[in-house]
Amino acid sequence: MWDYSKEVHDHFLHPHNAGPLEDANAIGEVGSLACGDALKLYLKIDADGVIEKAGFETFGCASAIASSSVLTDMILGMKVDDALKLTNKDIANALGGLPKQKMHCSVMGQEALEAAIRQWKGEPPVPHAHEEGKLVCKCFGVTDAQIQRAIRENGLKTVEEITHYTKAGGACGDCLDEIAEILAAELRQKPLTELRPKPRMTNVQRMQQVLKTIEEEIRPKLAEDGGDIELVDVDGKRVIVSLRGRCAQCRSSEVTIRNLVERLLREHVEPDIVVEEA
Amino acid sequence: MQTVYLDNNATTAVAPEVREAILPFLGELYGNPSSMHSFGGQVGNTVETARERMAALLGASPEEILFTSCGSESDNTAIWSALQTRPEKRHIITTRVEHPAILSVAQYWERQGYRLTLLSVDGKGRLDMDEYAAALSDDTALVSIMFANNEVGNIYPIQRMAEMARERGILFHTDAVQAVGKCPIDLGKLPVDMLSLSGHKLHAPKGIGVLYIRRGMRFRPLLRGGHQEGGRRAGTENVPYIAGLGVAAELAQQHMEEERQHVSRLRDRLEQGLLASIPHSMVNGDIENRLPNTTNIAFKNVEGEAILLMLDRLGICASSGSACTSGSLEPSHVLRAMGVPFTYAHGSVRLSLSRYTTESEVDYVLANFPKVIETLRAISPFKD
Repeated sequence: MWDYSKEVHDHFLHPHNAGPLEDANAIGEVGSLACGDALKLYLKIDADGVIEKAGFETFGCASAIASSSVLTDMILGMKVDDALKLTNKDIANALGGLPKQKMHCSVMGQEALEAAIRQWKGEPPVPHAHEEGKLVCKCFGVTDAQIQRAIRENGLKTVEEITHYTKAGGACGDCLDEIAEILAAELRQKPLTELRPKPRMTNVQRMQQVLKTIEEEIRPKLAEDGGDIELVDVDGKRVIVSLRGRCAQCRSSEVTIRNLVERLLREHVEPDIVVEEA
Repeated sequence: MQTVYLDNNATTAVAPEVREAILPFLGELYGNPSSMHSFGGQVGNTVETARERMAALLGASPEEILFTSCGSESDNTAIWSALQTRPEKRHIITTRVEHPAILSVAQYWERQGYRLTLLSVDGKGRLDMDEYAAALSDDTALVSIMFANNEVGNIYPIQRMAEMARERGILFHTDAVQAVGKCPIDLGKLPVDMLSLSGHKLHAPKGIGVLYIRRGMRFRPLLRGGHQEGGRRAGTENVPYIAGLGVAAELAQQHMEEERQHVSRLRDRLEQGLLASIPHSMVNGDIENRLPNTTNIAFKNVEGEAILLMLDRLGICASSGSACTSGSLEPSHVLRAMGVPFTYAHGSVRLSLSRYTTESEVDYVLANFPKVIETLRAISPFKD
């Protein structure tokens, strides 16, 4: 028997916003009878892009019904662009977690939401988000793009986890090798820093790397807003800079330093760089 | 809230008479039947009495009864022994609808280089005798066919299939875990070489099983070690549960006919009542040849796990062949082998009764089940 949270039980037994919406202006459908679960999400979005009403119809197990129910609660009153930022993890968390074999139910909720909003925006119909990317799992109709998204948003590390989250590879198993390749590519690409600790930098190497990052990454971005940057000093891991041009007068210079300069230096040079303004 | 237990193909209640028979062996009678002293020796008599009772239920001789730990051990041992004693033969025949205790063991041997034939079934889960006849070959080491299917309850034509194997000199095993105690079995007339059964399906506890091995058959043990069970299975005998199983066998034999009538009448009333009150529902399996206690009903456009959880809230215990209940992503291999359409397969529910099922329990289920389906259909995106 599944160890469902109290939230899953509550939403399953007393689903919120169940049933179709008569005046829906956005509908997202994912899944199918063959897959064993399906969700039809109905949204009423107002002129300002705020989700006014939500409703759903779900065929599936308790966690599929609970995921649909909690999703409709979460998105009510939300702007569509904020709703698009919701991940399957947010849905699972709102339910107090799901058994790992049931995570695909939360993915289904996220995909239905995305499909509905895309329809409302008049973007190409992506009923299953399947048109993007190449079809990998033919049994459940899962693309490489969906698998990559699940890996990134949930930090998946094994093929088995990918099956739990997307169902891919859960039936005939023919695509398991392909899933393993996608996973390997994702793991190699993303956490290079985590996988292989970089050798310690010398002061000279660090300075060169800081200069290079400022030239190639930071200066072009600041230039877009008519700003510029000057490197004042590098003292160990402290990088002292001075903002120039329009950035110098900008009230949000502190924000620029943190969100842009420091972030890029940490990404390209070392993760513990601290940036200060001269 | 009352509990209505309709999952007797999963496991059964231990009969009060069985529990009584077990208790002394968890108390003062703790001796080892292999000991030379009479303190141990007295429990040896209990083991032999139980063996006789089990033999009587099956129409076998006591020396043909081997006590094991479970149905799966019996199945593993049967296949192991057949392959070890016929090393020159490299072919196994079984069915697509077997319990995993046979199916995955057979697939293991396939990976070790054996040729495996999995007999297909039709929409009602019935085997094709022509396909079976064509599959038998001089290279066949073993045929293993379940006596009755655990999910839909189908009873297979074991008499005929065993005869066909015997004519070709091929070993025949049947996994009778679901049949023993529910169907009359007379191994004096049924030409099977080996038969597996499990105690907890016939009101004995979990952790005790039997492998019947026809007298004169060559045998290789799976568990090697001590000389217990005539050297055919090492390990000190599970005396308490063997004693319990003996009583369970005796109860089954004494009450089989009346129970078959009682149980099948209740099952039919339950099944007919549900089909009549719930539209778009149908029975999976072969209603002409079925266990008396089992019905497998498919409800269109709803999902089995959701049904089970709502039934659970009502105190009704059932099981489902739906994908979601098992953690696998596909409906049961039995329903898939039968080609049950997806619109129905995911919403299949098995109800299995026992001698303890009552009229009022059936009434309770008939009164409450339809609204569960109604509730779930109301929020399903698939209508019609």
